[in-house]
Amino acid sequence: MRTLLILLRKELRQLRRDPGIMRILFIMPTVQLLILPFAADYEIKNINLAVVDQDHSEYSRKMINKIVSSHYFRLTDYSPTFDKGLDAIEREKSDLVLEIPAQFERDLVKDNEAPLFVAANAINGIKAGLGTAYMQSIIQEYNQDIRSQWMQMPKFNDQPTIEIASSDWYNPHMNYKVFMVPGILVMLVTMIGSTFAASNIVREKEIGTIEQINVSPIKKAEFILGKLIPFWLLALTVLTLGLIIARFVYGIAPLGHYLTIYAFASIYLLAVLGLGLLMSTYAQTQQQSMLVSFFITMIFNLMGGLYTPIESMPVWAQWIARLNPVSYFIEVMRMVMLKGSGLGDIKYHILAVLGFAAVFNGWAILNYKKRSG
Amino acid sequence: MENDKVITAHELTKKFGHFIAVDHISFDVHKGEIFGFLGANGAGKTTAMRMLCGLSLPSSGKASVAGFDVYKQNEQIKKNIGYMSQKFSLYEDLTIGENIDFYAGIYGLSNKQIKEKKNDLLNRLKISGQEKTLVRDLPLGWKQKLAFSIAIIHNPAIVFLDEPTGGVDPITRREFWSLIYEASAGGITAFVTTHYMDEAEYCNRVSVMVDGRIEALDTPANLMKNFSTDSMNGVFLQLARKALRSE
Repeated sequence: MRTLLILLRKELRQLRRDPGIMRILFIMPTVQLLILPFAADYEIKNINLAVVDQDHSEYSRKMINKIVSSHYFRLTDYSPTFDKGLDAIEREKSDLVLEIPAQFERDLVKDNEAPLFVAANAINGIKAGLGTAYMQSIIQEYNQDIRSQWMQMPKFNDQPTIEIASSDWYNPHMNYKVFMVPGILVMLVTMIGSTFAASNIVREKEIGTIEQINVSPIKKAEFILGKLIPFWLLALTVLTLGLIIARFVYGIAPLGHYLTIYAFASIYLLAVLGLGLLMSTYAQTQQQSMLVSFFITMIFNLMGGLYTPIESMPVWAQWIARLNPVSYFIEVMRMVMLKGSGLGDIKYHILAVLGFAAVFNGWAILNYKKRSG
Repeated sequence: MENDKVITAHELTKKFGHFIAVDHISFDVHKGEIFGFLGANGAGKTTAMRMLCGLSLPSSGKASVAGFDVYKQNEQIKKNIGYMSQKFSLYEDLTIGENIDFYAGIYGLSNKQIKEKKNDLLNRLKISGQEKTLVRDLPLGWKQKLAFSIAIIHNPAIVFLDEPTGGVDPITRREFWSLIYEASAGGITAFVTTHYMDEAEYCNRVSVMVDGRIEALDTPANLMKNFSTDSMNGVFLQLARKALRSE
């Protein structure tokens, strides 16, 4: 026990003397939390629209007005022929072409239907997909509008419509920041746990002090705990910093209890730190450990359900996601923050990360040898 | 004489794949002795030393250090030895005092003992008052002397020194050796690898390793007589010329 305290005192003294690492540890997460949520926003706005209006009628003008006033579209081109409109896409001036054929108004009034054509630049698939979808719903709404004008006193409604009323629970305004901030915070805490802990241990290998430790009577467990505890505390401090930013910058306070988050984070960090430790037992240089943890955290983050929902991944990828501790913390964060879940609701998540912690740490301890073969 | 052996090695061997780094070496080191371990680069000195310190598992042969078996009691050995590696092993981002606190602490010295040892050490190295200097800011020679003093702070039975004076000027080397003599007078056995031949003459006995084997082992005086030369340099050159492998 005393040895452990001596190890901890040494780690804290070294950390305190390294202003670089403290700056990285605290300024990096702050900056990321202040910038990323604004950029990582799925809502597509300002879609550049080229309109090819061959009808020039009152109805076509009304429709264009409605589209532009939705604020999702920006009219960048208004051309007489479809080729001109396509040209605007090719010159990257527009993302979407809407073609209104001649006699649009006449067909609509006479035949009660009129075709429209939308072409989207699918180089950016998300923009094309969402843009077309927005366009469809706006045109549908427009369709409803003119129909209700025509049939002011219907004897009966000859066009029954099914209307879907949706209400978004837990995040009623569909605010992406509420969704992203907790997730980004998880990413940051994970990086500190794995990358920093790993490179700290590998540094002792590089400068040779690990040899001096290995030739001393320090026990393996003492050395490992002496390395884990400081980073465990640091990661929890960063989590606290992040929660403060979430609360006061984004106004995101958890519906559940902060204690639930900390309880889960404490266990989660054991798993992540175990992973860092494991990497450090294999890496010989800080460069190696950095590259390996860069690779692992990239996969973790992309497959953790932060950017794309795990449920929409192929089955094999869902299995990988299940083996990713990050996905559990992101889920728990969102559950506690947005839904007010308590410890009982996240018991399977807790079991899962306990499993990760046991596997990573066990493997690391087996692989860390004070004596080489 | 039998009872004062602190290191015994019998046919000790280390193989890395097909490469035999240490090839059946046998020797004894006595209590309080300064035992020189000579050899060209790549002769297997460091590997042999690492096996004795419990840092590397021998492939075959027997060895005991401070009465403990290197195979099974390696953690017991670690309580009874000090070690100073080729690589400088103090924490450069800690002060002199903090390094002493740390290394004395992990060997289980009490706070009171640490304080006494610290004052004693600083006085002996004539750096009292510099406790708060970062090790990084010390000249190399001072670092080496400090590293040695810290390696024996827990008063071990044996101290292993792996080329401790590499890159140090002759005056500091002499000072360093007087620290070794002091420790030896205090009953600490010193096991030193070096390739400075003048240093070899400071040792009580010297072994010369060539290609993983011990080719000669005796007092420096006897070695010079047997090889009919007047310096250890002559002895070493005659033996080292036989070497087939180089770095």
